[in-house]
Amino acid sequence: MPVWQIRVGTRLSRIAAVAGIVLVVVLAVLPAIASRNLIQDLIFVLTMLTLAQLWNVLAGWGGLVSVGQQAFVGLGAYALFAGIVMAGLDPVAAIPLAGLFAALIAAVLGPLLFRLEGPYFAIGSWVAAEALRLICAQFKSLGGGTGMSISPSELSQMFGLKAVQALLGLRPAAARDVLVYWLALLLAVLVTLGIYAFMRSRHGLALAASRDNAAAARSVGVRTARIRHVLWIAVAFATGTVGAVVYLQKARISPDAAFSVIDWTAYVIFIVVIGGVRTIEGPMVGVLLLWGLVTWLAQYGSLYLVVLGTLAILIMLFMPRGVWGAAARRWQWQLFPTQRWLGRSR
Amino acid sequence: MSGFDTIIEGVLLGGVYALFALGLSLIFGIMRLVNLAHGDLILLAAYLVLSATTALGVPLAVASLLVVAAMFVLGFVLQRLVLERVLGDDILPPLLVTFGLSIMIQNGLLLGYGADSRRLQAGAFESSSVTLAPGLSVGLAPLTALVTAIAAVALLQLIFYRTSLGRAFRATADNPAIAQLMGVNERNVYAIAVGLSLAVSVIAAVVFGIRASFDPSIGPARLLYAFEAVIIGGLGSLWGTLAGGIVLGLAQAIGGRINPEWQILAGHLTFLAVLMVRPRGLFPARRT
Repeated sequence: MPVWQIRVGTRLSRIAAVAGIVLVVVLAVLPAIASRNLIQDLIFVLTMLTLAQLWNVLAGWGGLVSVGQQAFVGLGAYALFAGIVMAGLDPVAAIPLAGLFAALIAAVLGPLLFRLEGPYFAIGSWVAAEALRLICAQFKSLGGGTGMSISPSELSQMFGLKAVQALLGLRPAAARDVLVYWLALLLAVLVTLGIYAFMRSRHGLALAASRDNAAAARSVGVRTARIRHVLWIAVAFATGTVGAVVYLQKARISPDAAFSVIDWTAYVIFIVVIGGVRTIEGPMVGVLLLWGLVTWLAQYGSLYLVVLGTLAILIMLFMPRGVWGAAARRWQWQLFPTQRWLGRSR
Repeated sequence: MSGFDTIIEGVLLGGVYALFALGLSLIFGIMRLVNLAHGDLILLAAYLVLSATTALGVPLAVASLLVVAAMFVLGFVLQRLVLERVLGDDILPPLLVTFGLSIMIQNGLLLGYGADSRRLQAGAFESSSVTLAPGLSVGLAPLTALVTAIAAVALLQLIFYRTSLGRAFRATADNPAIAQLMGVNERNVYAIAVGLSLAVSVIAAVVFGIRASFDPSIGPARLLYAFEAVIIGGLGSLWGTLAGGIVLGLAQAIGGRINPEWQILAGHLTFLAVLMVRPRGLFPARRT
């Protein structure tokens, strides 16, 4: 029996796992009693949480600081609308296809953008997103530059909608919100668990090593270019899927909204920064803080964004690990531990 | 001859893009900092000049000089109080801080000036033109933009290669630790670099603000054009940046001539095409 062993879990993390399962079950049955407003708010929280987790793994752990993730939200949204309007697909079936479409474009763009190192990759990804926005605005059948709506009647035959209506006794519009809510919850859980499992696997370790020192990582056999490329495509797939889910609820699309850098990247970065970069818990804390700020301050428009920008800068300067990161360091909290501890086996 | 017109228009537009790009290129070259707020700082400068001309009632040239001084100080202070604390091996903090700054400035301008389009008033200068050859006349303002861009590149080259400040810039860019051992004050060099970058951006803002109307939301697009000019031209070369700006201006002018909706898109696609065939840019610096 070896004397040394590596531990990842902690007692707190085992309690957190049980609490997490309870929370997900509660969230899953919530539509039975919750108001439509709360469900819509929670769709926002869950989709933003998923986007934040994805950006966190890409930029935080992977070192691919993208400011162009709105590209994949927009592509997913446009692919969903194209699938429904042009191909006559069932909306629920179109969602994974939208993700695949975003992944396909990411696979094409990746090799180009990876030629830009470090910080230049950030602006390069932004340029790519702008180019894609302008291209989407060229499709007159999808509303061109002004965008288009999908009528409720087109969505009334959607897979699962009748079942939700019958189950909860709701009108079609409210039932669609519930269906989207469940999809958003499913995505948030799958993405969070997927990232957690990935970061605890040897591939996660390889990714972190590629970011910290690419040359050293290559010297111990990590294929740094490949792992980043695969991560970039996988994140684009999930981001596109989220975009499709978000726009299934909105049922109205325009290039400016679907490719908005503020809505899909600035907010997401804010969530990760304020919660704590390179932790699974950080985005969860961050999204709740953003939700609070949105509820209190959104009526002030521009001032609200000035406050968000200022807060993000102050957090970076004085609490670079974010709210969760600072708390975790102080009290040794690890709900989703990704650090490895070397200790004597008992 | 509309084809020739388009080329002239593109080259002159390129001068403005080169001016946008110089400030960005300068601080990246010296301190490896990519300033995501660059476009919004250009907009801030344009609004400050606008305020100086309307509130103080001074001529445009005087207002520009005042704002050049103000933006230099702002850049110096910004580096000393904010950016200096986040520069390091990790590229994430400086990117996030400048991105936060971008959102702050953009929305601050929206609060202060509203969303209406504005323009800098330069009197008869705006609409007058010069005749270069029979049948060929170009607007004085766009021509001045290009000449200013060339002058700015020449001046920056002079500072870089003929002054002790330039030597300190180059030494710090090569190896900050050894530059410090040789008595270079790294903190001051960086702060002066950011100040200089913002001072150059004021010139870009004035030249741009006379040519076209602006509103608070267009900052990020200026950043993207500046960035495209730098990458198309090739990193580490100021003359390359000027050429990159002209290539971008030409691409936009030609795209816009084919279909007005394609103007911006043509610029972006040219950038991606250059990245595909010449990832180090068209005119890269000889040493890396």
